[in-house]
Amino acid sequence: MPEQSSWIGRSMRRVEDPKLISGRAGYIDDVGVPRLLHVAVLHSPHPHALIKSIDVSAARALPGVAAVITGAEAAELCEPITQPDEPNAWRCLAVDKVRYVGEAVVAVAAESRYVAEDACGLISVVYEELPPVVDAGEAASPSAPLLHEGLGSNVIYNRAFKFGPVDSTFAKADSIITDELRWHRMGGQPLETVGAIASYDPSTGQLTIQTNSRIVPHLKADFARALKVPSHKLDIQPVPAGGSFGSKHFAARVPTIAAIMSKALGRPVKYIEDRLENISTCDHHGTDCADHLELALSSDGTMLGFKRHSTDDYGAYLFNGVASHANAMSQSTGPYRIESLEYGIRAVLTNKCQQGSYRGFGAEVGNWMLERMVDLAAKRLGVDRVEIRRKNFIQSDQFPYKMPVGNLYDSGDYVAVLDKALEIAGYDALIKEQKRLRAEGRYIGIGIATCQLRSVPNSTEHWFLTDAAEGPSMLPESVTINVDVAGNIIVTLHVNSFWGTSPETMAVQMVAEELGVEPSRITVVYADSSQSLPAIGPGGSRLTAMLGGAVGGASTKIRVKAMQIAAELLEVASDDLEWTGDGVRVKGSPSRQKSLQEIAQTAYIFRHKLPPGMEAGLQASFAYDLPIMTMPAADRSDMGVFYPIVGHACHIPVVEVDVKTGGVKFLSYFVVQDSGTMVNPRSLEGQVIGGIAQGIASALLEEYVYDHDGQLRTTSYLDYLLPTAAEVPDITVAFLETPSPFTWHGVKGAGESGRMAAPAAVASAIDDALAPWGVRVREMPATPERLLTLIGAAGKPEVTGVG
Amino acid sequence: MNPLHGISVIANGATFEREVPARKLLLDFLREDLGLLSVHAGCEHGVCGTCTVLMNGQSIRSCITLAVQANGSEITTVESLAGRTPMHPLLEAFWEKQALQCGYCTPAMIMRAHEFLSENPHPSREEARDAISSNLCRCTGYQFIVDAVMDAADRLERAAEVG
Repeated sequence: MPEQSSWIGRSMRRVEDPKLISGRAGYIDDVGVPRLLHVAVLHSPHPHALIKSIDVSAARALPGVAAVITGAEAAELCEPITQPDEPNAWRCLAVDKVRYVGEAVVAVAAESRYVAEDACGLISVVYEELPPVVDAGEAASPSAPLLHEGLGSNVIYNRAFKFGPVDSTFAKADSIITDELRWHRMGGQPLETVGAIASYDPSTGQLTIQTNSRIVPHLKADFARALKVPSHKLDIQPVPAGGSFGSKHFAARVPTIAAIMSKALGRPVKYIEDRLENISTCDHHGTDCADHLELALSSDGTMLGFKRHSTDDYGAYLFNGVASHANAMSQSTGPYRIESLEYGIRAVLTNKCQQGSYRGFGAEVGNWMLERMVDLAAKRLGVDRVEIRRKNFIQSDQFPYKMPVGNLYDSGDYVAVLDKALEIAGYDALIKEQKRLRAEGRYIGIGIATCQLRSVPNSTEHWFLTDAAEGPSMLPESVTINVDVAGNIIVTLHVNSFWGTSPETMAVQMVAEELGVEPSRITVVYADSSQSLPAIGPGGSRLTAMLGGAVGGASTKIRVKAMQIAAELLEVASDDLEWTGDGVRVKGSPSRQKSLQEIAQTAYIFRHKLPPGMEAGLQASFAYDLPIMTMPAADRSDMGVFYPIVGHACHIPVVEVDVKTGGVKFLSYFVVQDSGTMVNPRSLEGQVIGGIAQGIASALLEEYVYDHDGQLRTTSYLDYLLPTAAEVPDITVAFLETPSPFTWHGVKGAGESGRMAAPAAVASAIDDALAPWGVRVREMPATPERLLTLIGAAGKPEVTGVG
Repeated sequence: MNPLHGISVIANGATFEREVPARKLLLDFLREDLGLLSVHAGCEHGVCGTCTVLMNGQSIRSCITLAVQANGSEITTVESLAGRTPMHPLLEAFWEKQALQCGYCTPAMIMRAHEFLSENPHPSREEARDAISSNLCRCTGYQFIVDAVMDAADRLERAAEVG
């Protein structure tokens, strides 16, 4: 590898952007195909009802309508999307029964979307309403109406884990702090919804799906099975996504409906969710849980043990949302030296949209709960909230650190991050200013949160779900580097990985670094699934670190071959050559060199100059898997190393709470983050700030609200409140760089980082502002209504209570 | 059932005569009939601003405007600024400041910034932030967009000085 670090650490402009700022992104709805039909879908208005009959005759008779497919008909055309062998299998269109408001019931394909929607209006469905199951606690009761009769219960998962000596830890504790905390459901809500174009060719049996949903190669077999096509006849073509934040991770409903309609009609079919669909049935909402927490400490504030028992208000179908607890588990004891952990999960089915991933995927909830408990412990024990954190931090010489669950934290310097955050925030001055303003009747709060930022998962994280002897244990990422005959480079990524993060910029900077080639000579393309190597793409803050490993591996192969060719051309031994960047030269004789272009030309055109027997061309692929992992224990008393590349951040927001309205305004916001070596600092900062904006909204604004009747009340952006520029402050971000010892150049993942820490910090700031009332935020989001309720219940403020 | 209405629209400087049903949204008209694919659907009821275009120089929501309402008007989208050499200062500023991630809200955000800077060529940072609060961005947290609007103001001023 070349010694100079020319391209890593540069805030170069993103290579993705010229097409995006020109309106030439090519999102799924921009894609046109001849003879295209358009889909609209009719949804359930009821949370829980039997489908007694469906009359589609008027819809079918409408001019321009090509097909109307009911759930029963769809069940003939495809298999369930998830859990095909389970009684709670989820289908693209409901069969016999609907289980949440917005669940898809009938799909129409027509010459235009307008006509398709007209046809939906002509469909008559007779429902027999059933009592809705809305509250998770009530849903768990044996007398509750069942969502899936075949299950015999709405409790779909119930298990508690002990990691480390939980009982003895709690027995020796001087103090056990307990609380109940509530996290309401919210979701990714990308501005672009899920969409797909399916094109089935009946003459060949080939099904091509263009989609912004990320369907990774190793799920292709499941997807092909569901669509009843052989996997080699299914080609999934990547399309850039207008945002995802986890919500387009295997969003299968839309491409499934498009596919079965295209198969039925032999014509290409486009289905783009509308906003209402994306809010009500976007494949998955985020975490929704009510938890019991216990933090055991000694009298001096040393943290000893932690218990979390979560009841998930899961929604109607078991999707992959329980995996959110693996995310949380991976860093469940935070940056602290906590020796044991008890972790209980009870997932309950309710008449709501099922859960899945949203940026952080449970890790943000775990961080929020742990930090809430640390703040409460500081308050109860009379310890300063900064000092209790500092006192319990894992120290910089203790890495790699094995935490109770069995996961490894690779590296870090948490004290340095904390100190830097206090410094850039001017913490002491902030406290003085807070006191001064309190005297004026203004309620300023300074928040603090110190959070882990796990990245780069392994699929063994899902092993906690079962006692099976084995399960998936690999999550690789592949890159192909092709040096063309002119010495320019085409890099292939192997899954539709453009979600708005910067995979192309990352790949370009990495290849430029490895091969010493100017970025202007590198282009990035995405492979169709028919050509793809093992790859996962973005998710779990994994892609940058994994791309680094893959680019490193493929580049090494390129360099080795190029050196062999150059050795032949220069008539020297390979060992006498060195990589100069953009070519090869003879050590100690720099005038004797061959450029990458000359070497590539030889590899493509001049067999007589190649080493005898060498394969033509100059390309290499590398499938890179997690650099470190260990297997879970058979009894799941240790989950092994499954999320080991762990960053850290300290957030210090400063808020003002209007105690008359319950409104929260940001005065400033300071962040210090350590995500290892930075590839493109500006891009990383953008990810952090964007994640914090979502985290602020999680803390204050966003919630999918179901009422007591099971109706979704937040069905538009008038009710589901995304933050505008007015709700988000300018954020001051500083970075430390503690490299990971395991990854390429020490890079750690950070795509989810901002949202993983912000809710904890904002809650802490609100508590601090409302200290005169002695109230605590125990529910997210802390809406004005909830804060006013807290303030109102607390009565009059204490005049002297500051901090 | 859906009679067609003749409309004439000047889009990015070129005149188009088309027949559309009364119910066709301007958003769909611009995308489907004129191929202006920079115009994106977001919330579909006028809240998020992702479908913003300029009509007679003023920003409007094309998802809650009918195509027939645009009859006789002048529509401007980001296609009118794109593809220039050198790059338009506003686009250059968005690129330089990394004022986008997924890019879906970006054409609308650029048109809103374009309108704003034509009204207020030397804004304060607070004014710029306030101006873009009409449009949602789910990726960036807005800070780099504000950076870009401020940078664009500088670039446009320098470009004007050069002539």
